[in-house]
Amino acid sequence: MERETEGGCMIKVGVLALQGDFAEHIATLRSIGVETVEVRLPEQLVDLEGLIIPGGESTTIGKLATSYHLIEPLRRFSQDRPVWGTCAGAIFLSNDARRGQPLLNVMDITVERNAFGRQVDSFETELSIPVLENPDRPYRAIFIRAPIIESVGEGVEIIARLPIDSEDEDRIVAARQGHLLATSFHPELTGDDRFHRYFLGLAKG
Amino acid sequence: MSTFQHRTVLVSCPFRYVAAHRETHLKTLLVVVRLVSVVESRRTTHFLWEVDVEKKVGTFAVKKGLAQMLKGGVIMDVVTAEHARIAEEAGAVAVMALERVPADIRAQGGVARMSDPELILQIMDAVSIPVMAKCRIGHFVEAQILQALGVDYLDESEVLTPADEAHHINKHEFKIPFVCGCRNLGEALRRIGEGAAMIRTKGEAGTGDVVEAVRHARAVLGEIRRIDSMPDEELMTYAKGIGAPHEIVKEVKELGRLPVVNFAAGGIATPADAAMMMQLGLDGVFVGSGIFKSGDPPRRAKAIVEATTHYNDPEILAEISRGLGEPMVGIGVSELPEAERLAVRGW
Repeated sequence: MERETEGGCMIKVGVLALQGDFAEHIATLRSIGVETVEVRLPEQLVDLEGLIIPGGESTTIGKLATSYHLIEPLRRFSQDRPVWGTCAGAIFLSNDARRGQPLLNVMDITVERNAFGRQVDSFETELSIPVLENPDRPYRAIFIRAPIIESVGEGVEIIARLPIDSEDEDRIVAARQGHLLATSFHPELTGDDRFHRYFLGLAKG
Repeated sequence: MSTFQHRTVLVSCPFRYVAAHRETHLKTLLVVVRLVSVVESRRTTHFLWEVDVEKKVGTFAVKKGLAQMLKGGVIMDVVTAEHARIAEEAGAVAVMALERVPADIRAQGGVARMSDPELILQIMDAVSIPVMAKCRIGHFVEAQILQALGVDYLDESEVLTPADEAHHINKHEFKIPFVCGCRNLGEALRRIGEGAAMIRTKGEAGTGDVVEAVRHARAVLGEIRRIDSMPDEELMTYAKGIGAPHEIVKEVKELGRLPVVNFAAGGIATPADAAMMMQLGLDGVFVGSGIFKSGDPPRRAKAIVEATTHYNDPEILAEISRGLGEPMVGIGVSELPEAERLAVRGW
């Protein structure tokens, strides 16, 4: 992607690598010309222009982040730099996951874990996401034991919804609060890099 | 196997998006039925459409996807709901629900079968992380029962007594994903050909001796490196030689790795064992008897989780390996008679 290398200012994005599919995020970022860093310790956050918290098990990621003193540094990082959580990462960013587990508490969203059921109910579908490039093209989205965003606070923009069969109600599966982004599905698994490009847009202001 | 759920629902979209679907919707999962109403907002006009939404469950991407979420993590064998809670608290990414850990299966002998569904359901109730269970090699009805219970992953495992001496389960027929053990690349690719969405080394379960897991990991990863440098015309004869599907051999060459997630299993007992398997290039770790047959299971479990994350940092590994109490006693694999080796089961 030419935009990243224009003027020689290569953007550097971290991927939290405590557990989960961080390698898939790194591969997508590299394919669009982004320099990446695996983040396992607080000092690895220095110099980054953005951070992705990948899919994985949110309880595992939360416990490792607590044991290795990452919670406060991640909160400070998210005050002024873009952070995107996919699935477990979205749960970790939220301020309420309806059960006791370590959370960053930085996005004003309430999530429900495993909202669609167990693995047998995991699915793929296509979404309409107007904020992406070529919004006419549907976005293939993979939901793995996925959470939903039950409710959002003021100042949180809803980016994508999943239609369900109860009349007017539909479920929030992607939301943005300023430079913070949460998706309950996995753009890192589909080879469609439009969501990563959208996130880089936030990182570049 | 994939199934479709058709549901008529209402969606609000910009007109152009739906119009594009109308013409090219053959591959898409949204099928427009009719326009319901037009909603004017301050910035844009939205059109409320009635559409059919298709949700595809049990696709290979969804099955493989869960294994991708487990990467860099530790899956622990548990025999009670209490064990499962200890494993979750220690940071396990999933638990394997069993009646007996492999060390006890080995010690007690007899026929080892699928666990009692009652026990599996208790464990599923106890934790929020994925729950896996084992069925016997080739026992497709045990697999059907475990799928009906709603377990998240099925291990068609050599640790149980095989039910079929020639065939494995046709795993494509199931909506839930399978993990299978292997000793070499041919075995791994045969299992993937049958529909396995995740692979693990067999190692030698219930011994606490990592040597076989290392042997199997090196065999698989070494062969992948060999394929990488092989010209395309040699791939068919190579596939024939290792008894693997040619298509999947070609895919391995293109990707430079297995097309599914590859974990270590069988004999891992210490944080150092886990970190070694990660440094060798595996994606994560199963720990069977190594945790709950040790002196201090909660502490050892947490240490192995941390070692799997910080596998490349010897200073952290030194710190987390300190004072963990007694490891499981273990059996040297070289002392095991051939007839007692579990890894030879599987075809």
